[in-house]
Amino acid sequence: MSFLSYLINGISLGSVYAIIALGYTMVYGIAKMLNFAHGDVIMVGGYAALTMMLSYSAHPFVAVLVAIVVCTVLGITIEAVAYRPLRGAASPLAVLITAIGVSYLLQNVVLLIFGSNPKSFQSVVPVPDLKLAGGALTISGETIVTIISCIVIMTVLTLFINKTKAGQAMLAVSEDKGAAQLMGINVNGTIALTFAIGSGLAAIAGVLLCSTYPSLSPYTGSMPGIKAFVAAVFGGIGSIPGAMIGGILLGVIEILGKAYISSQLADAIVFAVLIVVLLVKPTGLLGKQIQEKV
Amino acid sequence: MKKNKNFKNNLITYGIVVAAYIVVQILQSTGNLSSLLKGLLVPLCVYVILAVSLNLVVGISGELSLGHAGFMCVGAFASAFFSKAMQTAIPSDGLRFFLAILIGAVMAAIFGILIGIPVLRLRGDYLAIVTLAFGEIIKNVINVFYIGIDGNGVHFSMKDQFSLGMEPDGVVILNGPQGITGVPKSSTFLIGIILILITLFIVLNLIDSRDGRAIKAIRDNRIAAESIGINITKYKLMAFTVSAALAGVAGALYSHNLATLQASKFNFNTSILALVFVVLGGIGNIRGSVIAAVVLTALPELLRGLADYRMLIYAIVLIVMMLFNWAPKALEWRERYLGRLFKKSAKEGK
Amino acid sequence: MKKFVKAASLALASAMLLSTTAFAEGDTFKIGGIGPMTGAAAAYGTAVMNAAQIAVDEINEAGGVNGAQLEFQPQDDEHDAEKSVNAYNTLKDWGMQMLLGTVTSAPCIAVEAEAVNDNMFLLTPSGSAVDCITAGDNAFRVCFSDPDQGTASAKYIGENGLAEKVAVIYDSSDVYSSGIYATFRTEAENQPFEIVADGAFTADSKTDFSVQLQQAKDAGAELVYLPIYYNEASLIFTQAAGMDFAPAWFGVDGMDGILTVEGFDTSLAEGVMLLTPFSADAEDELTKNFVAKYQELYNEVPNQFAADAYDGIYAIKAALEKSEATPDMDASTLCDLVKVAMTEISVDGLTGTGMTWSAEGEPTKAPKAVVIEDGAYKGL
Repeated sequence: MSFLSYLINGISLGSVYAIIALGYTMVYGIAKMLNFAHGDVIMVGGYAALTMMLSYSAHPFVAVLVAIVVCTVLGITIEAVAYRPLRGAASPLAVLITAIGVSYLLQNVVLLIFGSNPKSFQSVVPVPDLKLAGGALTISGETIVTIISCIVIMTVLTLFINKTKAGQAMLAVSEDKGAAQLMGINVNGTIALTFAIGSGLAAIAGVLLCSTYPSLSPYTGSMPGIKAFVAAVFGGIGSIPGAMIGGILLGVIEILGKAYISSQLADAIVFAVLIVVLLVKPTGLLGKQIQEKV
Repeated sequence: MKKNKNFKNNLITYGIVVAAYIVVQILQSTGNLSSLLKGLLVPLCVYVILAVSLNLVVGISGELSLGHAGFMCVGAFASAFFSKAMQTAIPSDGLRFFLAILIGAVMAAIFGILIGIPVLRLRGDYLAIVTLAFGEIIKNVINVFYIGIDGNGVHFSMKDQFSLGMEPDGVVILNGPQGITGVPKSSTFLIGIILILITLFIVLNLIDSRDGRAIKAIRDNRIAAESIGINITKYKLMAFTVSAALAGVAGALYSHNLATLQASKFNFNTSILALVFVVLGGIGNIRGSVIAAVVLTALPELLRGLADYRMLIYAIVLIVMMLFNWAPKALEWRERYLGRLFKKSAKEGK
Repeated sequence: MKKFVKAASLALASAMLLSTTAFAEGDTFKIGGIGPMTGAAAAYGTAVMNAAQIAVDEINEAGGVNGAQLEFQPQDDEHDAEKSVNAYNTLKDWGMQMLLGTVTSAPCIAVEAEAVNDNMFLLTPSGSAVDCITAGDNAFRVCFSDPDQGTASAKYIGENGLAEKVAVIYDSSDVYSSGIYATFRTEAENQPFEIVADGAFTADSKTDFSVQLQQAKDAGAELVYLPIYYNEASLIFTQAAGMDFAPAWFGVDGMDGILTVEGFDTSLAEGVMLLTPFSADAEDELTKNFVAKYQELYNEVPNQFAADAYDGIYAIKAALEKSEATPDMDASTLCDLVKVAMTEISVDGLTGTGMTWSAEGEPTKAPKAVVIEDGAYKGL
């Protein structure tokens, strides 16, 4: 029984990683950059929703919408100001470091505005907890909503990329920027759209993260951000279903590792599993094997 | 011809380091050195060594490593443990520190080989994430190590200090997350400068050697390099191991500068910081790494006057410097307007 | 390539030269403060600096110390030992004569090693690890040491028969938390209860506590001991409520502040017991005054850290008065006077009445056990 309950807790944690990883993998897949500021955009989303609810006593649904708008605008701005000028730079590492600078910037701006004291987040999820086996097992409403959101987002994203014109343009840009431009695709616009969607997803992830673990500080986003990045690599970075599977697996491994091996070494276990997976399957669980051309 | 130019270029790099030392000595003897700067001298040396060592992997070997702090961690703990354990056995401070640095470097090199063998099979971002994973594992594992010494020898536990089962006279040296406290403060600026010069000597000579050219050939075109018979694994591993050993030296210098040492210091952020030095200074540009490490380590300290806005300004400066140094448009603009101003320095810089 | 970096480094080098020693022989006592004001531990450092500034302003308004004014300068250390030493050196350049800090334990050990060499008086408001003040006789602290808290908690639980089966959840990557846990465990051997589960977590995984709670629940723990800070505790209470686990909770001084977390459902903390020397709802004049001032200035309810810092400044004031020190003395002379005076004074502060200090630097004050009832502390 306790194994089942650990498993449920693992899925619950994993679903949070998964929803963050979806945004990560989406941006990576198209723009081919590791956006280390993604975790901090999540944190901004959390603060935006919290401010709406506390200061303007907005309905949670309105608060989430506002958070999405704030993060989308933020994502587009970051891309235009900090990342776009570096497109075509001599090394792809330049934009990685700039992303780290953006991450510091977001943390410190929020620190100055909202202060360093952690704030308690009120859950926006109206769904009640699900009790199984006569109350011995509990699946929280937040987990149910997070998993459903993950599946919905995953499906919509897949459909969007495969069935719409804008989605096809994204695929083209991810394959070959130069060729896409020659085909008349607006590369900058397409990448901006990718960031807009990725940041909007970050807002949803932020609200759900804070609903599940109701504590919000300027540094809330960084650790889940790194874990979600690991999850995205785990599932094969760039692959949308991979992010979901990677996230859930990561959560389950972390919780089971804590429960049965050592709670202090849980992170080491997660990373060890990641290493083993990558050594066996060097592009992650669902990643595409890229053939190198001579 | 080419060789001569490299040689001259390297001499300039050594010259900058020696000149920095002389300037600091003059300031110190005339009493013009602030306490802050005095305290910063050794950390500056630590980060210069760390940046140069990482540049060997990122710039010369062309592999993105996000776990370099892990090697620094190994070097720091191995050397600090040695110094603490041998404090009475080896009374000579200089000899003990020399041995400690060697031990730090060797232990880090061993980890470099152990980690390098599996990691270097991977490429690109996947390689990066695995180095990150190893860095985090090292940090996490050292966090649960408890080692103590008493009359009966060395005791080891991964649970807590009570499981060591020591005699009452025993001393806990490595106390889990609380790390090692009371490491003798042996690091000095002179030793730091000597270690920088040794690091530069090793790295610059490696780059200009036959081995270095093989490593760069692999970076520029792996398949072409393989087809002319270069042993990919061997050369990649060579760069990785040398780099790990030098990071271990940086760790040893770090741990003998502060009275306290915790594994949590060597987290992802420290690895990233080292990468920031390398990228800002110019990937593959050793002298750039030295300068960038100095600038970025000193910058947040010199911004202390800004109080609450300090880290905010630091972040903005970092972003602006990155854009200024890397954005194609900014490079073009600089070429056009600043080109004449810096013409001379640009020539010798390349 | 590196033209810009080169230019920047030149600018920096010249800035460094300009910022060299501007030692002011003044008519004010210069007190420095070091603590994390950015980074994950920022909440603690900020509270200390805010409260210390309040105390300094109060003292100055009332006429200062020995006819001289106090001057306070806070410096950020990001909860990093290396940055903490940098902050210390910056303050020395400013002309600091006494140090209130550092706030967190690990950096405090590093700074104390420097302060001993300079013979600089050091009073840490909240550095609770034993080693924070052991390097020399120049160092004192306001808060309890970790062993004190762990032992006192175990004794309290045992002597009052609160439970027979106890579980502990602690942060193994934190010096404070693991330090208290270690002494709690040692003392527990002498007490009539048994530790049935000990769940550690680390700074990298401190959002999900379901495993630690499940293990405590499965082991049949009647009481869970939480030697951790209030932020993680608030998450633990929420998650325990979600899994219908309702043991007795017992916290330490880091738990103080739980009722003031913005948006926290205080009913979840109902019945929580904690040992704390300070409670923001205490009815005495001093506390009411301080809390009102703090709220007015910073729009937050002060916590344990703030109270320790406030008392720290008043302890420095008392010691300066006792030793009849004057502001034109250098740091080392002051230290020699003040460290003797520290053992002779008795301070009535927010965290205790009649606080005295031993020559080793440890404070003597009684920890108060309180329980949370109807969203407020009640003495036990």
